[in-house]
Amino acid sequence: MKSVIADNLVKTYDKGKVRALDGLSLDVEEGTVLSVLGPNGAGKTTCVRILTTLLRPDSGSAIVGGIDVIKNPDKVREIIGLSGQYAAVDEILTGYDNLVMFGQLYHLGKKQSILRANELLERFSLTEAAKRPIKTYSGGMRRRLDLAASLIVKPKVLFLDEPTTGLDPRGRQEMWGVIEELVKGGVTLLLTTQYLEEADQLADDIVVIDTGKVIARGSSDQLKKQVGGERLEVVVDAVHVAKTLEIVSRISGVKATLDEGIRQISAPVSTGSQALFEVLRSLDEAGIHALDVGLKRPSLDDVFLSLTGHAAESKEVK
Amino acid sequence: MSNSFGSAIRDTAIITQRQLRLLTRVPEVLIFSTIQPVMFVLLFRYVFGGSIDTGQPGGYVQLLMPGIFVQTVAFTLAGTASGLAEDMKKGLIDRFRSLPISQSALVVGRTLGDSLLNIVVLAVMGIAGYIVGWRPTGGWGNVALGFLFLLMFGYALSWVGVLVGLSASDARVVQNVSFIVTFPLTFLSNAFAPTTGMPRALQYFAEWNPVSTMVAACRELFGLENQFGATAGSFPSEHPLTTSIFYMILIMVIFVPLALRRYRRSG
Repeated sequence: MKSVIADNLVKTYDKGKVRALDGLSLDVEEGTVLSVLGPNGAGKTTCVRILTTLLRPDSGSAIVGGIDVIKNPDKVREIIGLSGQYAAVDEILTGYDNLVMFGQLYHLGKKQSILRANELLERFSLTEAAKRPIKTYSGGMRRRLDLAASLIVKPKVLFLDEPTTGLDPRGRQEMWGVIEELVKGGVTLLLTTQYLEEADQLADDIVVIDTGKVIARGSSDQLKKQVGGERLEVVVDAVHVAKTLEIVSRISGVKATLDEGIRQISAPVSTGSQALFEVLRSLDEAGIHALDVGLKRPSLDDVFLSLTGHAAESKEVK
Repeated sequence: MSNSFGSAIRDTAIITQRQLRLLTRVPEVLIFSTIQPVMFVLLFRYVFGGSIDTGQPGGYVQLLMPGIFVQTVAFTLAGTASGLAEDMKKGLIDRFRSLPISQSALVVGRTLGDSLLNIVVLAVMGIAGYIVGWRPTGGWGNVALGFLFLLMFGYALSWVGVLVGLSASDARVVQNVSFIVTFPLTFLSNAFAPTTGMPRALQYFAEWNPVSTMVAACRELFGLENQFGATAGSFPSEHPLTTSIFYMILIMVIFVPLALRRYRRSG
């Protein structure tokens, strides 16, 4: 069953001059994670804002949890959780106060709200900071609290809009850990990101969007295959470079390239581990000891570049 | 939903509570929103009070206090506007709008919270005024009615603030816009000096200025004759109470729907 269906969404700004969404369609299977991947200005946030009732599309339709977003926004709000690009919690209030307030706004009642707040603070390792104002929190702590606020009533569908943008590597790791926990718990999640490794790590399915349209869809593996096969990479001592170049070129069928600085020889291969095995045997026969041998699959960066013709993080709007 | 009205009220109360809690977390807000008007009371009382001859028993301070009360509640506009603009900037408005709560709760709660703050501020100002010689003579009932009027005026302007706060792109812009609107309005009035000394065109404006009618209404309720601005027997200066009520209703009728519409479409 599909938990989210967006069909041909169009949203324009500035009297039609800017087409933020240009016929975007996507869907999320219940209990899975879909990552919407795209650079700044591709339409990710607009898409999330429409699906979470914050914005009306010019045309197209959207259904979340079986409910029409445009006709029944109130009902949709009851079953979704949203955590946006900014940590949308009250800076001046404490973490505890924020969660209790949101609990009450979800009509949990005071007692239940307090219980739930404490539970979530514990689960997101924020118990110690519970009684401190949010403005004293680190970026990662804020995002975790924001995420906690969107989980007060267990949502049927959770939307996370760039949950790790602006976090330092440690904050990002922590956030990933928390999201992975959620995913294990079986939540249906739509996550937007401009970090390719984030989509790779967290999502079952990825849609790549650019200028308001879906330009590719599939699992991380499928997308990588779409771009092309793997590359064989071998690092050897300087004296063996010439001979190794010859071996790798022979197995690949294409002239291998050399990165002189790190003495790495590489070439595209289509037979995967078979090619790896062959190259190891040939090197062994030639008496060459390889320092490093590997098959490198293309990164999502490569995917993006080959799909859009421009690098993923280079396009800044405004 | 059968109890949607009840839950709308509950949601509103929670938002109002949040605002009061903010005041306890950042007492500076309360302190500064009280210090400023008290400072005005003292400055005007002692700087101008000596040189403006009002012929009023009890002196300038009797005329001054209603003026400063109205000026202070007029600045509710700026308070509401900048508070909402801040919430908007931090993404809080999006969060609230994505919750299954009454869609007007956030703004209604905010305007009510700002009115509650006004109660405190007006009380402190009243005490300060009393200390420097302000003695209303209109009787308890009328004085209370005067304060109720002030709160209502602040509440009505608060809705203008909602629209300004949600429409602006930046919290600092909001401060400036509110200041540019509110400051001339409070000074182009009978609040601090007689309108009779102004050029003809300004006089006309000052007579019809809602701030003037409010000040005149309060003066009346506090037991004074309105000597600052009854030029040529114009309607607003002869009937300040009626005109003020009309203005407040007009402001609400125009700005409540506009503000709520803006909120639903914000972003």
